[in-house]
Amino acid sequence: METKNLGQFDLIVIGAGHAGCEAALAAARMGKKTLILSINLEAVANMFCNPAIGGTGKGHLVREIDALGGQMGLCIDKTFIQSKMLNVSKGPAVHSLRAQADKRRYHEEMKRTLERCENLLLKQGEVIDIDYDENGVHGVLLRTGAYYEAKAVVIATGTFLGGKIFIGDSVVESGPNGLAPSTMLADNLKKRGFKLRRFKTGTPARCLKDSLDFSKMKIQEGDEHVVPFSFLNNDLDKEQVPCYLTYTNETTHKIIRDNFSRSALFGGQIEGIGPRYCPSIESKIDRFKDKERHQLFVEPEGLSTDEMYLQGMSTSLPEDVQEAFYKTIPGLENIRITRSAYAIEYDCIDPLDMKQSLEHREVKGLFCAGQFNGSSGYEEAAAQGLMAGINAALWIDKKEPFILDRSEAYIGVLIDDLVTKGTNEPYRMMTSRCEYRLVLRQDNADMRLTEMGRELGLVSDERYKRFLDDKKSFEDEMQRLNDLQITPTIANKFLEERGSALLDNRISLAELLKRPEFSYDDLEELDPDRKKLSYHVKTKVEVAIKYAGYIDKQMQQIEHFKKLETKKLPTDIDYMSIDGIRIEAREKLNQFKPTSVGQASRISGVSPADINVLLVYLERIKK
Amino acid sequence: MKDTTIAAISTAYGEAGIGIVRLSGPDSLKIAKEITNKELPNRKMVYTKVKDGETVLDEALVVYMQGPHSYTGEDVVEFQCHGGLLSTKEILALLLRRGAVMAERGEFTKRAFLNGRMDLSQAEAVIDLIKARGSKSYNEALSQMQGKLSAEVNSVRKKLLDLLVDLTVNMDYPDEDIEQITYEKIGNSLSVINDKLLNLKDSAGEGRIVREGLSVAIVGKPNVGKSSLLNAFLKEERSIVTNVPGTTRDTIEEQAQLRGFTLRFIDTAGIHKSQDEVESIGIEKSIKALESADLLLVLLDASRPLEKEDQEILDASKDIPRIIIINKVDLGEAKNLQFEGSKDAIPVSVSTGFGLEKIEDAIEKYISGGRVRREDDLLVTNIRHANLIEKAYGEICQAQAMTGAHEAIDFIEVNVKAAFDYLGEIIGETATDQVISEVFQRFCLGK
Repeated sequence: METKNLGQFDLIVIGAGHAGCEAALAAARMGKKTLILSINLEAVANMFCNPAIGGTGKGHLVREIDALGGQMGLCIDKTFIQSKMLNVSKGPAVHSLRAQADKRRYHEEMKRTLERCENLLLKQGEVIDIDYDENGVHGVLLRTGAYYEAKAVVIATGTFLGGKIFIGDSVVESGPNGLAPSTMLADNLKKRGFKLRRFKTGTPARCLKDSLDFSKMKIQEGDEHVVPFSFLNNDLDKEQVPCYLTYTNETTHKIIRDNFSRSALFGGQIEGIGPRYCPSIESKIDRFKDKERHQLFVEPEGLSTDEMYLQGMSTSLPEDVQEAFYKTIPGLENIRITRSAYAIEYDCIDPLDMKQSLEHREVKGLFCAGQFNGSSGYEEAAAQGLMAGINAALWIDKKEPFILDRSEAYIGVLIDDLVTKGTNEPYRMMTSRCEYRLVLRQDNADMRLTEMGRELGLVSDERYKRFLDDKKSFEDEMQRLNDLQITPTIANKFLEERGSALLDNRISLAELLKRPEFSYDDLEELDPDRKKLSYHVKTKVEVAIKYAGYIDKQMQQIEHFKKLETKKLPTDIDYMSIDGIRIEAREKLNQFKPTSVGQASRISGVSPADINVLLVYLERIKK
Repeated sequence: MKDTTIAAISTAYGEAGIGIVRLSGPDSLKIAKEITNKELPNRKMVYTKVKDGETVLDEALVVYMQGPHSYTGEDVVEFQCHGGLLSTKEILALLLRRGAVMAERGEFTKRAFLNGRMDLSQAEAVIDLIKARGSKSYNEALSQMQGKLSAEVNSVRKKLLDLLVDLTVNMDYPDEDIEQITYEKIGNSLSVINDKLLNLKDSAGEGRIVREGLSVAIVGKPNVGKSSLLNAFLKEERSIVTNVPGTTRDTIEEQAQLRGFTLRFIDTAGIHKSQDEVESIGIEKSIKALESADLLLVLLDASRPLEKEDQEILDASKDIPRIIIINKVDLGEAKNLQFEGSKDAIPVSVSTGFGLEKIEDAIEKYISGGRVRREDDLLVTNIRHANLIEKAYGEICQAQAMTGAHEAIDFIEVNVKAAFDYLGEIIGETATDQVISEVFQRFCLGK
């Protein structure tokens, strides 16, 4: 086949899923001439699994992507069909937004954003090789023989790379949802000595709305007042569509148990490792034998289709078994399945092979994002895509990489976990992974990150103005609440009616707001002249006042953490030559080349004593 | 890290006329000023009282050495106080409460090197020191105790882990079909954990005996020979350490070495008082001394019949480790005194020296037999460990208060996690993924 050089780009992004889209948009917005290639343009920003964005931990990621000037928050705000703030009965640090998406609309919205973005070209094409040598990447080769030159490449191949779909004993080389897999690229990377491994995930069946009996299910409505994902949006209230909840039962479980041997998962055909938090229904029944029922959420795939998604029922059992067990579930007796559930296996790298910038350790200029890095989830992918795009653009300009640490963002925790600790299963974000949760809230992502996004050139004037306005409103309101004095005469009747302790002396309204029984809105009666604040500002004010003590305590912990984090390690240290560090730790350190003492201390197999010796060594070479 | 202020007792435990507590780091001067209320000019020795609020702990000579002209190259304050452990330990504990961090082994030296106060060959020795930590540096007995400590710490951590898993699964999986955690359940778990931590804290007190010696009280009715017995211990060994005027309690403590082990005689104030005063105080005081002693020496008089006061003391000390001594056998017959346990009593004559060795044998047997309290008791012997247990306990107390106030569970989780991590530091385990692994072990989650 004849190879033809068809052009030069600063950056080429392979794959236009949630990671690829953010990467391409970020680099293009930072002024880099960018090409984004997808094996099929119908696959752009496709939600191949559940029809929702956000959730615990993930909602935080979307907020952070938005605060930095990414696209995901804006896109879901335009295309959601139901929205819910989860965990509102718990503290503000774990409040998490989740929205059901119209999948088709989400795809269209993101695709059009790419199409209209300056410096960016979206093209259909299958990349079959990445051209690189010891000097770094040079370009990519397409199946048609087209060759595009590039200074840097972002690889975000998702489940396409070496994709294989399993339904019972049927095994088909395929990308998600029957799209063509990227097989030649996987083969060529392996030929080049690229280390790849196999992960697995799965998705449940889709069925027709009319074939279900919703009267046997519990209805799940969205929130009355919708909280937007994007800091740019205020009021998004619109008509929402419901989801439904039903349960499996012993009959369902029996059918599944009787057919364990026919599941691809148990039959040994699947070698990839699946995520523990996304188990197939057969794994759930196998592992939790005592559990009498499992939840099944029925969720719409969009407004322009009657297809419904059966959340919680992913499986690799054969189609006849799927049909049989779905029918035992109340409301699903007459189910008509439109797409069968399947398990999918794909190639990915060991994330320990990347630097904190998401650049591959061995291939200069190759940045990696999304499921290719061993993560799972649209939001995790988008967050890495954004960072890979930013860092590829910075790399092209020979600038220092943009790295968020664990005390700055969930994005920082996500990437640090991946590249420092590694993962043995598709990695999912959770609030419990985050040490400085009380500071890294979804309500203050803009205060944490928008200034950084602005410096990178990602934050538009509109967004930046909005941020400055919100910041000023926040500061003004904090000041006002601290200054506004409430006297016993004004307040005591109000307090008595609500069973709250009466005042002896005047106190500030801020002081009164600290009482657990009152929210900001509750105190309006005592504060009739207040300005109407946006959700974003109001929440920040409320949290900053009510939880000041906890937040201060965490800020101190962060200060301590930062000391190790800012102690940089030169990359040319030969750890093997440092006597006093245990051999195992020396090997680990040599392999990792951590960038800071903080990162070194999180590598498994490196002990505090090793870190002490390392600190002594660092001082010695300084002298 | 270098930016913390560290503290430790710099002189060896036990037999010394003075003890030095050293403080090094940026907050040294601030902390020292807080507890002395004195200006501390650079390189000038200042005589002052060391105070915890209004309570005077000790008097000391304090010297401030401004960095880089100090041993570590940082701001250093040294407290020269009375030797023996009581004084140095209380000052150290005070410094830790005021924000200093317990120095790691070799840390002053390490800092000295880091700040260029030491040459390379000395630095290599520091590395060896750091390497040695936690391995061969402990003797066998100590490592056995630490084995027990690890087991106990692990058992508390298991409880903390269970609670963390419940809190985490509630935080991260709001949609799942799982039991919602209640404040009652959190409160119950916390109170079990609190009890266990209290036990650990107490055992840290018992570990002190191994570290600091055995506290001994001599009790008996007036004129039975308490003062002579004390003098016999002190004079014979010629190793009077110091008189520490205890200012927090109305007692005087004296120390003596017995066959390589430290005895701390407590409540010696009563013993030294004049005959009249002692009469007036009566035996009430003796019985009170029982509460704080590790071991009692109960003195009876062979020359007089068993009196009501003798019986009261015997009854009151029945459940406390004690050695019963019948004095003045040169003036009467020990066997004339009949009481429960009289056959184990040691007949002596303090004035002639007869039988004193038997008392020493008995004390040594008591110590080396490991019967400090109960044979299988756990001992927290390391101050760093005691400090971490104290911190974990503080976090749990705070978590309890927050649970009582029905604060959000994700806030409570922060304190529970901190306690879990502090205990992890004792046994060298701080893996965060433990909680997540356990969540997936116990709950069927995911979509």
